[in-house]
Amino acid sequence: MTAVYVALLAPFLAALAGLLAGPRWPRAAVPVAVTGTVLSLLSALVLAAQAVVGPDPPEVSWVESARLASVPTGSVDMSLALRVDGFAALVSLAVAVVALAVQVYSTAYLKGDPRYSSYAALVSLFTAAMLLVVFADDLMVLLVGWEVMGVCSYFLIGHHWEQEGSRASAVKAFVVTRLGDVGFLFAIFALGTGAGSFRIADVLDADLSERTATVATLLLLCGVVGKSAQFPLHTWLPDAMAGPTPISALIHAATMVAAGIYLVVRLYDVFLAAPVTLAVMGVIAAVSMLGAALAALAQDDIKRVLAYSTVSQLAYMLGGLAVGSAAAAGFHLLTHAAFKALLFLAAGSVIHAVGTNLMPDMGGLRRLMPVTFATATVGLAALAGVPPFAGFFSKEAVLGAAEEAALHEGPVASWAGWLVLVAALLTVAVTAAYVTRLWLLTFFHQPRSGVAGHEPPAAMRWPLVVLAVPSVLLGLILTRPSTLARWTSARSWQEGAWSPGDPQVTDFPRVDLSPHLGMSVLSVLLVVAGAGAVAWAWRRAPAVDPTAALRSRTALERAFFVDDFYDRVVVRPVRRATRSVGWADEAVVGGAVRGTGREAGRLAALVARTQAGNVQAYLTGLLAGVLLLVAGVVTLAS
Amino acid sequence: MPLLMPVLLAGLLFSIGVYGVLARRNAILVLMAVELMLNAVNINLVAFDVWLRDELLAGQVFTLFVITIAAAEVGLGLAIILLVFRNRQTAQLDLLDELAEAEDAA
Repeated sequence: MTAVYVALLAPFLAALAGLLAGPRWPRAAVPVAVTGTVLSLLSALVLAAQAVVGPDPPEVSWVESARLASVPTGSVDMSLALRVDGFAALVSLAVAVVALAVQVYSTAYLKGDPRYSSYAALVSLFTAAMLLVVFADDLMVLLVGWEVMGVCSYFLIGHHWEQEGSRASAVKAFVVTRLGDVGFLFAIFALGTGAGSFRIADVLDADLSERTATVATLLLLCGVVGKSAQFPLHTWLPDAMAGPTPISALIHAATMVAAGIYLVVRLYDVFLAAPVTLAVMGVIAAVSMLGAALAALAQDDIKRVLAYSTVSQLAYMLGGLAVGSAAAAGFHLLTHAAFKALLFLAAGSVIHAVGTNLMPDMGGLRRLMPVTFATATVGLAALAGVPPFAGFFSKEAVLGAAEEAALHEGPVASWAGWLVLVAALLTVAVTAAYVTRLWLLTFFHQPRSGVAGHEPPAAMRWPLVVLAVPSVLLGLILTRPSTLARWTSARSWQEGAWSPGDPQVTDFPRVDLSPHLGMSVLSVLLVVAGAGAVAWAWRRAPAVDPTAALRSRTALERAFFVDDFYDRVVVRPVRRATRSVGWADEAVVGGAVRGTGREAGRLAALVARTQAGNVQAYLTGLLAGVLLLVAGVVTLAS
Repeated sequence: MPLLMPVLLAGLLFSIGVYGVLARRNAILVLMAVELMLNAVNINLVAFDVWLRDELLAGQVFTLFVITIAAAEVGLGLAIILLVFRNRQTAQLDLLDELAEAEDAA
């Protein structure tokens, strides 16, 4: 467990030191931030090594847990409990690698930024919070990490707070995820009271009724949908691209948005007990993956393309979960963390060189930025699902699981399986199309802006190269049966039902992650079709955006007007309501206060008039008073 | 002699005194009205003394004290009025409204 403590505390202390000392010693910001993250990475490596070596005997999954303190609350106790298993170790490794890459990358990307020290400290704090989510064994502890991530995301999106757009995006991200977090909080209450404990282990062991499980998981799904930017709460993620690009790579691609998926994987036994939730999840995933992929097809901003692509890929994970395969979802989570972080950093490198986010102003960067081009190509191939890159295998796992859910009896209704399968297959083609468009517009043909691209400094190049390695190899490594599958599968499988010598388990949850021939051929054909269509359009007019001629382009570019819809249905009525509340406060509450003062003054003036300085008048009043009193006493006494 | 007559007289005198104190403008006349009230009290004291047949004649003795004190008080009062008149060239009570609340105080 020491490695877990080091992994958590090192970035946290680095963040603390950075925030306290940062403004005074700006030179210390880089070493402090990088050291904290390096320590975290080393501990994550130790944990991953432990997970790979495994326990003795090997049939049992490797799990370590510790309960540091228990907080009595009067009803359901909270405990400061941590737990690490194979999957947690892998996710923590992914988090630490991406965090370190981003820290190193940021030293060059934000060189000379006046707020670099607080930026680096917030990234460290975010790393600590994400690792806390990964290692938490108590829902309350998890909630703490979850919320700290949210606030770090808010601060970092608003890094350039001088700009109106950054501020608005930061607030939007915060408010929209908050909407989901309310459901998450109540889900924790439902699970805690249902299981009599907030510990995840106890919740999983508890015999929850189907009704409790359904209510709790539906509420949890709210939080997941908010955090992982799924329809209908996905609108914050494309706007969150106002933050610096490394932040988009770390928070809005690799880690925080994947935390929702991770949470479902952790609590997957509860979800398996609630088929209704799985069906809802399948619908959300299907809508999100296809809708976001189509929206990505028509974006001009390179970062917005990647953001919609993130929504779409997260929907793949959610779809994998919906069709009963936590392993496939976890697999895609890990590969996506690698290649999407790589793509964002590559995009950052392009933006750094060209000085614009807009792809129509790029072009021809292939020769000017060979390293960026090569690594971005790897990332894009992985995203599109070209074999043998990582994304191909993880997508295959999801597709295979969906196929199985559609064709066989399982915890999920087969129509949900069909829905996810069809949406996922269509999305494969659309993904290949937008990936090809991004690739061609950015790197090929002639440079369209006057600015000549150039290769970024070494601190930005190396993270790209490092992240390109897992983008290629991760799929091949993790497809091996009996590693990831065993770690992520539901606990019922860990307790003996599954034997390591039998990878071909056809029952649920799907444990076999290796690609199947039929599905692979189909998806590769779809990739070729999607990419080919865009390439064909591009060949005819290489200077023009291949999707410029699409008739529905406006709808795609505005992401099906969801934002406009929210603006009309939610934002404007709320604004109107606030205005009337403001008026009521000003006129009614403030008016009452001001009126009280004014009327008291008037009354005083009235009373003051009796004080005219005429002693005889006073005396008359006195006498009248005395007479009244006497008369009163006499009448009352008789 | 019945008690009624002196008590009526005293009441009348006292009422005239109260009217004078409350209604007259001239400070000296107000002072004189105060004397009227004092004397009304004196008549009361003597009348009740006789009516009660007090062995120690406390009422009459007390009257002598009141007359003495009234003399001193009038002296003091007249001196004050004199000073007021010297300073302000008037002894009209309704003009002496220095202590009034200022008009614009509200």
